[in-house]
Amino acid sequence: MALTGRALIASRTAKFFKDGDLVNLGIGVPTMCVNYLPEGVDLWLEAEIGIVGCGPTPKWADADPDCIDAGGQPTSVIKGGSIIPHDMSFGLIRGGHVDATVLGTLQVDGEGNIANWIIPGKVIPGMGGAMDLCAGVKRIVVTTDHCEKSGAPKILKKCTLPLTGAKCVTDIVTERAYFQVTPNGLVLKEVAEGYTVDDIRACTDAEFTVAEDLGVME
Amino acid sequence: MKNKVVELDQAVAAIKDGQTILFADWHGEISAEEVITGVIEKGVKDITAVAVSGGMPDQGVGRMIVAHQVKKLLTTHIGLNPVAKEQYVAGELEVEFIPQGTFTERIRCGGYGLGGCLTPTGVGTAVAEGKQILNINGKDYLLEMPIRGDVALIKATKADWAGNLCFNKTSGAISNTMAFAADTVICEVEELVEVGELDPDEIDVPAPVVDMIYVRKGEKKPFCPMWQRAKAKAEAKAAEGGK
Repeated sequence: MALTGRALIASRTAKFFKDGDLVNLGIGVPTMCVNYLPEGVDLWLEAEIGIVGCGPTPKWADADPDCIDAGGQPTSVIKGGSIIPHDMSFGLIRGGHVDATVLGTLQVDGEGNIANWIIPGKVIPGMGGAMDLCAGVKRIVVTTDHCEKSGAPKILKKCTLPLTGAKCVTDIVTERAYFQVTPNGLVLKEVAEGYTVDDIRACTDAEFTVAEDLGVME
Repeated sequence: MKNKVVELDQAVAAIKDGQTILFADWHGEISAEEVITGVIEKGVKDITAVAVSGGMPDQGVGRMIVAHQVKKLLTTHIGLNPVAKEQYVAGELEVEFIPQGTFTERIRCGGYGLGGCLTPTGVGTAVAEGKQILNINGKDYLLEMPIRGDVALIKATKADWAGNLCFNKTSGAISNTMAFAADTVICEVEELVEVGELDPDEIDVPAPVVDMIYVRKGEKKPFCPMWQRAKAKAEAKAAEGGK
């Protein structure tokens, strides 16, 4: 059966990775990508606290209070993985050594701007390491529900919330479509099974062109 | 060689109203938890806290926020401490949000004798407001200023009595950077060893920058409250499934 929803987002996003890539994944759907890696693709997963090569979450009996991930949760380190100081971890991120990052978002727009760290007066988590990822990572994939729960579009002509990164997003993957961000705006590259280009236009605020080789997302 | 081992009251005595304190916590984990308890009991106030996150209400720097001892917080994230958010929205707690790489680099500047750093992080965002932008070889960078503290509160896995520190796995996090950036560096340590027992290769922070070593009295490596809650929840769920 064809994948749908967030599983489809994770599966499509996993196809961006090459064997040996150093990757930073946000929490939620971005982390699900590792379940859909193509055969023969192994990644170095980075945790901001200073892990290159995060492994699976240990059972509570094996959890080590000294081995934690960016969210403070128990983690493990794969064979060959390393633990580095926090400043070096951000040297990897800003210095262009991280091949790809996958970020969830509140809003994203046709210029490649992303807004995911604050809704002033309401939701105030802070940016954590997201702005550094936006500044230094080669491929910045935004994974998001295509629309708000209310049905309002999340892919806008221009973000209205405070930005996390300006003109940095390279790809946008939703449960309905995959867009590439180019200097000339968004290009619709793939649509999910059951959706037409007109369906995508109806639920997307940003303008986009349609790729000549438009494909089906999987 | 000076012996830097102190009792809790001596460590707490170094912490005073109005100071800037660097907390090496990670969401309130890997923190100098017993010293923080002492500081809360002492009731110091008007602290400017510098920490990666606002901790949790029952962990690390987060407990001092709950106790209304912090007037300003320099941080990257407060999403795990709803009390910090409430105080911020109510105007009781001033918060400066700093991108995490910039946060660590500003503290590094403070400790390494640098007048600031140039970073591409935050260009084109609200973080750039009021900051000098320099174009270097065609790319824009923000000038970010150093951060220093009166005190740094660090937790180490092992230390010798001269003040050499070792961190196990990720528990070092930002500790080595903070250890350079404060006038008084206080380290709560799980295990104290003799000078000479630590291999020079395994020392993460050299003794001369550390001022006080306090040896943790309680459990050396407890699960933090967040982990205890999550573990209890997982066990309850497993027990239910087993019926």
